[in-house]
Amino acid sequence: MAERTSLAVRDLAVHFEMEQGTVRALEGVSFDLHAGRTLGIVGESGCGKSVTARSILRILDRPGRIVGGRILLDPGAPGETDLIAMNAESERMRGIRGGRIGLIFQEPMTALSVHYTVGNQIIEAVRQHSDLSKAAARDRAIELLREVGIPRPELRVEAYPFQLSGGLRQRVGIAMALAGDPDILIADEPTTALDVTTQAQVLDLLRRLQQEKGIALMLITHDMGVIAEMCDEVAVMYLGRVVEYAPVLELFTTPRHPYTRALLRAVPSILATPRQRLATIGGAVPHPGARPAGCAFHPRCADFMPGRCDVGAPPPLAPGHAGASCFLEVPA
Amino acid sequence: MNVLEVDDLKKHYPIHGGMLRREVGRVRAVDGVSFSIAAGETLALVGESGCGKTTVSRCILRALTPTSGAIRFDAGDGTVDLATMPKRAMRPLRRHIQMIFQDPYSSLNPRMMVGDIIAEPLKVNGVPAAERNARVLELLDLVQMPAVARTRFPHAFSGGQRQRIGIARALALNPRLVVADEPVSALDVSVQAQIINLLLDLQDRLKLSMLFVAHDLSVVRHVSDRVAVMYVGRIVEIAPTDELYRSPRHPYTETLLAAVPAPDPLRRGRQMKASGEVADPAKPPPGCAFHPRCPYVQDRCRTDRPELAEVAPGRWTSCHRAREIELAGVA
Repeated sequence: MAERTSLAVRDLAVHFEMEQGTVRALEGVSFDLHAGRTLGIVGESGCGKSVTARSILRILDRPGRIVGGRILLDPGAPGETDLIAMNAESERMRGIRGGRIGLIFQEPMTALSVHYTVGNQIIEAVRQHSDLSKAAARDRAIELLREVGIPRPELRVEAYPFQLSGGLRQRVGIAMALAGDPDILIADEPTTALDVTTQAQVLDLLRRLQQEKGIALMLITHDMGVIAEMCDEVAVMYLGRVVEYAPVLELFTTPRHPYTRALLRAVPSILATPRQRLATIGGAVPHPGARPAGCAFHPRCADFMPGRCDVGAPPPLAPGHAGASCFLEVPA
Repeated sequence: MNVLEVDDLKKHYPIHGGMLRREVGRVRAVDGVSFSIAAGETLALVGESGCGKTTVSRCILRALTPTSGAIRFDAGDGTVDLATMPKRAMRPLRRHIQMIFQDPYSSLNPRMMVGDIIAEPLKVNGVPAAERNARVLELLDLVQMPAVARTRFPHAFSGGQRQRIGIARALALNPRLVVADEPVSALDVSVQAQIINLLLDLQDRLKLSMLFVAHDLSVVRHVSDRVAVMYVGRIVEIAPTDELYRSPRHPYTETLLAAVPAPDPLRRGRQMKASGEVADPAKPPPGCAFHPRCPYVQDRCRTDRPELAEVAPGRWTSCHRAREIELAGVA
C-alpha cells in the first residue's frame, strides 16, 4: 500500500466507570486509515465500533474515558499529532473535528438542528473551518448540496431538516461532514436508518466522494453486505477487540477467526434457497461488563480449546497485518 | 384452503386544510390491496417505509378500521369479514390472530414473570390454572427456552431470548394466523439467525399460517413461501418466493433486489437502474406510481394505472410492460 497513512490508532483502551464496576469497552484496538481507502469496522452490538469512532473525534460521552493508547493524526509526518494528548475542548481539537476528520451519523438529525435551515447550518460549519465571507460560504453550501446529489440546491438551502425525506437528510448530513473539507471521514452506520434503494444511492455517493477527494473512509456497520460492497480492508470487532483484520476478499473467502466464520454463515442472504436454515452462533453477545475470561468469544466458539482459550487472551493483532487474534493461529 | 383473503382493501386518511378545515386531499396509505394466505403458508409483505405494509397488517388486526374492502378470515366455524366487524365482535376472534412484535424490549411487561406473560392469553380465554402451567412449559420447550425461565422477569434475558418469549406468547392459543411485523430486524446477526431458524422450525411443526411484514429482502427469502411487494399503497407483484427473486416481473422488484448489498465482494458494482425516491402517498404520481423512477417507462405508464394481473401461473404483477421486458433477478 503506497497510500499515505492518515490516521493510526494504537492500543486504544476505553473504560466506562459504572456503579456496578468498570466496563472495559475497548481493550487495545489498533488499525490504520489510509488516504483513498475504506476500512470497514464490523461487529455486533457492544463490540465497541461506535466508541472507537467517538474516541477518535474526542467526543466520548461520560462516563467513558480513554485510559490508554495513541491516536496519531499524520503518523510519521513532521506534524504528527496524538489526539489523545490534546484537550478535547481546545481550539485546535475543534479545528481537527470537522476540518480534518468528518463524522457522518446513523441518524442525520443527530448532527442537524431543527431550528435552523439546512443552509444556515452548513454555512456555519463552512465558516468555522475557513475565513470565507457569509456570501461566499453560502455559495459553498449550495455547491456542497449539489455535490451530494440534492436536486435544486439553491432552493433546498432554505429548507428546514424536517421538510426533507430521510434520504435527503442523510445527504445533508454528508454535506455537513464535508463542510470543513476533511481528508478523513468516519461514517457510523450511515445507511442503517435508510430504505434499501436509498441506501444504495447513499453508498454510491460515499464511494464517489471518497474517490474524487482521496478521502480515508472508516465505515462502521453491522451489515456484511455493506462491508462487501464498500470496503478495501475490514476489521472485525468483538467485545472491545479487533479479532480479525483482512483485505475484504480474503475476509469473505478465507475468514480466519472462528467468530468471523460463524458471523458470515449466520448472515441471511438474498441468494438463499427456499426455507434455508442458517448456521447459528450459540448464546448471545455478553454484556461488556461481564466479559468472559481469556478470549472473550470462547463460550460461543466452535473451536474452543479448554485450558487455553479460557485462561489467557490471545495475542492482539499487529496493525496493518492480516490475521486473527486467536489461539488457532498460535502454535501451542 | 385460505385462512385469509384480503380483497380491495383501502385505508385513506383525510388531509384537512384551509380556514374551515375541510378535507382537501387524502393520503392513500393502502389503496386497493388484495391477497390471500393459504393454511400453512407464510406470505411476506415487503416494501420500503411508507409503502403501507404495516397499515395492511394493522387493518387485519383491526387496530385500524379500513376505509373499504373486505378481510375474509376463516375463524374455524365459518368465515367472517374483519373489515366491517364491530370492534366488540372482534373480541372472541382475537385469540385466532396473534402478533409477533419487532421490539422484544417494549413488547413484554417488565413487571410480569415470563410464565405469567406467556399464560396471560390463556388466562384471558378461561383456560384453567393447572392446564395453563402445563401449556407454559410446553411453549417454553417449543421456543427452546429452559423451564426455569418462567419464574424470572424479562430483564434477565437477552433480546433474542425475549423474542422467543414473545413468540411463545403468540402461539399460546394455537392461533389460526400469526402476524409478524419485522420480528428479527432489531436483533444482532448471530441472534437473528437463531430466530429465523426457530420460525422455520415452527412453520414445519405447527403448520403456521403467517403474514410476515418485513423490509429485509434477505430475511424474507429464507422464511416465506410467497412474497407480495408493495409500492405507495398498492401491491405491484406477488409470486412464489424463489421465482420472485430469480425472475422478477415488476421493475420495482428488480430495483429492490439490485439495491440489496450481497455479502460477496465479487458481486460488487451491480448497477441499480432506478433513481429518485419513493413517491409521496399523499400525492401519488398519475398512472403507475413507479413511473417517475422506472427505467422502462413509456407514455401509457404516465397516464393509465396498471392493474394487478396474472402473467403466468401464480405470478401477478401490475406493469403494462410485464410481457415485453426482461428483468434481472438474483440467482
